[in-house]
Amino acid sequence: MDFEPKILGIACNWCTYTGADLAGTTRLKYPQNLRVIRVMCTSRINPSFIIRAFQLGADGVLIGGCHPGDCHYNTGNLYARRRLAVTKKILNFAGLEAKRLRVEWISASEGNKFAEVVREFTAQIRNLGPQTKFKISP
Amino acid sequence: MSRIGFFVCHCGLNIAKTVRVSELVEFALTLPDVVVAEEYKFMCSTPGQELIKKDIKEYGLDRVIVAACSPLMHEKTFRKVLEDAGLNQYLLSIVNLREQNSWVTIDIEEGTAKGKALINGAVYRARLLAPLTSRFIDVTPDVAVVGGGIAGIQAALELADNGKKVYLVEKKSTIGGHMAQFDKTFPTLDCSACILTPKMDSVLRHKNITLLTSCEVTEVGGYVGNFFLTIKQKARYVNFDRCNGCLACMEKCPGEGVSEWDEGLSGRKAVFIPFPQAVPQKPIIDREVCIYFQKGKCRLCEKVCEQKAIDFQQQDSFNTIQVGAVVLATGYDLMDTKPLVQYGYGRYPGVYSALEVERLSNSSGPTGGKMILRNGKEPQAIAILHCIGSRDKNNHEHCSKVCCMYSLKFAHLFKEKTSADVYQFYIDIRAAGKGYEEFYNRVQEENVKFIRGKGARITESSEEPGRLVVEAEDTITGKFINLPVDMAVLSPAIVPRADSIDIARLFNLSCDKNGFFMERHPKLAPLSTMAEGVFIAGTCQGPKDIPDTVAQALGAAAEALTIVIKDKLELEATTAMVNPAVCCGCQNCVRVCPYGAPSFIAQKGVCEINEALCKGCGQCAAACPTSAIIARHFTNEQVLMEMEGLMEF
Repeated sequence: MDFEPKILGIACNWCTYTGADLAGTTRLKYPQNLRVIRVMCTSRINPSFIIRAFQLGADGVLIGGCHPGDCHYNTGNLYARRRLAVTKKILNFAGLEAKRLRVEWISASEGNKFAEVVREFTAQIRNLGPQTKFKISP
Repeated sequence: MSRIGFFVCHCGLNIAKTVRVSELVEFALTLPDVVVAEEYKFMCSTPGQELIKKDIKEYGLDRVIVAACSPLMHEKTFRKVLEDAGLNQYLLSIVNLREQNSWVTIDIEEGTAKGKALINGAVYRARLLAPLTSRFIDVTPDVAVVGGGIAGIQAALELADNGKKVYLVEKKSTIGGHMAQFDKTFPTLDCSACILTPKMDSVLRHKNITLLTSCEVTEVGGYVGNFFLTIKQKARYVNFDRCNGCLACMEKCPGEGVSEWDEGLSGRKAVFIPFPQAVPQKPIIDREVCIYFQKGKCRLCEKVCEQKAIDFQQQDSFNTIQVGAVVLATGYDLMDTKPLVQYGYGRYPGVYSALEVERLSNSSGPTGGKMILRNGKEPQAIAILHCIGSRDKNNHEHCSKVCCMYSLKFAHLFKEKTSADVYQFYIDIRAAGKGYEEFYNRVQEENVKFIRGKGARITESSEEPGRLVVEAEDTITGKFINLPVDMAVLSPAIVPRADSIDIARLFNLSCDKNGFFMERHPKLAPLSTMAEGVFIAGTCQGPKDIPDTVAQALGAAAEALTIVIKDKLELEATTAMVNPAVCCGCQNCVRVCPYGAPSFIAQKGVCEINEALCKGCGQCAAACPTSAIIARHFTNEQVLMEMEGLMEF
């Protein structure tokens, strides 16, 4: 059977989630492997969330937030940027392909970009194949 | 154990077309704790809402899941439904089945499968939702309007007439904006100053309006209901309390500057008012061209001022105002067409930009209303080029909406004031407003020549020195044209102001892909923004004509009123709190919070969060090394459980 990746998305309410909605309003089409959790700000994301996602079997994790400098809460995404950069390094060190975690800054008006990123990332993860490093089998 | 009610919406065919809704109902019933699952065509409608309320009572539900459009669309609607049914509004979980599911796939298998995953996630999360109580805050009844053009003026008057105190903050030394620069306005050819200046005067005289000119907002704090704006009053070097507007200083001043109001086509003094009807009618000193500031000599103005109002020692001063809501009406800029070198603007003296032509035509302009060129001669042939920079993938994709109409207006004025041949190089004629099509017909009858082809290039004529040649393709005849003219008028793209990005950052606004301030919803909420309590009106939201600008200004005033007529405002309850049992006192939260909400209580050795300041971003919760911070409604457990549900399928 063809491998269908499972991708977890975490999007900030003010920018990326709204941008994703815009992609829908514009009726753009993208693969439905992505499941999005809404948070108020990317700064809410604890690196342990990402590790948990991979433990639960996510093949890819996509984080979306406001462009640095435009965070609805001023500095939230700046901290997120640093946390996620370190998280990537740690995941890589632990043997997980760094490409499986993707961080994008997508504003509320960038519906096109959201769809494009999802298409690209889904194809990338499909190529990488199933994630087995952290997945905890039931 | 929870008693979860699941309600899925068809949204007509919007969801039902690419998601098998009935299958989702069956699926929901297989999930533990789901006691009822219903579907309905339009869940947000009255019968849909009644269905939810009925089931809450009948089944004794303590959690509700609505699978429909985006939470950004109707979360508030359904929260109210829960409240009406006696359930805490935060016991609601919304599944985005439309914007992020049915609308982005054409495969009903995919859509249904993803729908199940999303629902599963929502059910897992719903079990952990907790009731929250909303906070109520006092509301400051005053409003700030930033920008003193027609939009700001109209909004300020409307609010002031409703008994609210308004601070009208304007960057320049006068209100009036670009509209004050116009000569006549389409399609009625009303004199712009005649319709604008009475409103400017009303602003000055209104007891509820505090007019703050030469002022800028430098800092914004607080939140909806209680904003704190720091206003910088730029040094004018004139004491406005003493000045009586006699303008004797302006008469004597030897300083020479360039008139911004006349678009650089005329000069002005160093101590000046921008135009004769400026409000306030008090001058300011431009230190860049003031002989005293530049060379240490002169001070003639000081000598002739009987009121002793000149004050060279004046400094910028700062003031804080407290308001409940803000209306942004900061206006637009015309694109600088110099970079479009093919049109020769800035190089060839015969090439003009639209606002310059307004000033030429205006009787109080640099030429007293005569349409003459920079060389003093009257043009014999004039070309007006539409869409310079607009509708152009290389520059700005958007249409600037008003240029077709003002180009027609210019054609009419040229025909009235000169004997020149007038040519319009257009792509389409957009004449959609009231009386616009009729005006277009009228101008056609005035022997204005229309060439359907965008002006491609303007060059200096080699055959007739001093003249220009406009090159274009007439797409109707298919022939290339080289039209000799004396004057070429460019209709430049309407673009966001250069400082609009700074304002967006100050007020936490998003900008759309063209750089204009972004509205909360393009159709249903065109005047509010994602920043609660901050509203937008006029061209800062996008290009538009005066009727639409005034309509938006009135609308924004109404929006602002919905906040400031209340005594108390309900805020989101999704704040953070510290569990002191787990807190280790590291103060990470104190360090990362942009609002100063957490603070360290030395006696207890733990941190505490001031809920009035907390905005619920969750930053502290992620920064806490011991997971001591509970980010209400987005707790670690809730997020992780949702994740588990999403990943199960």
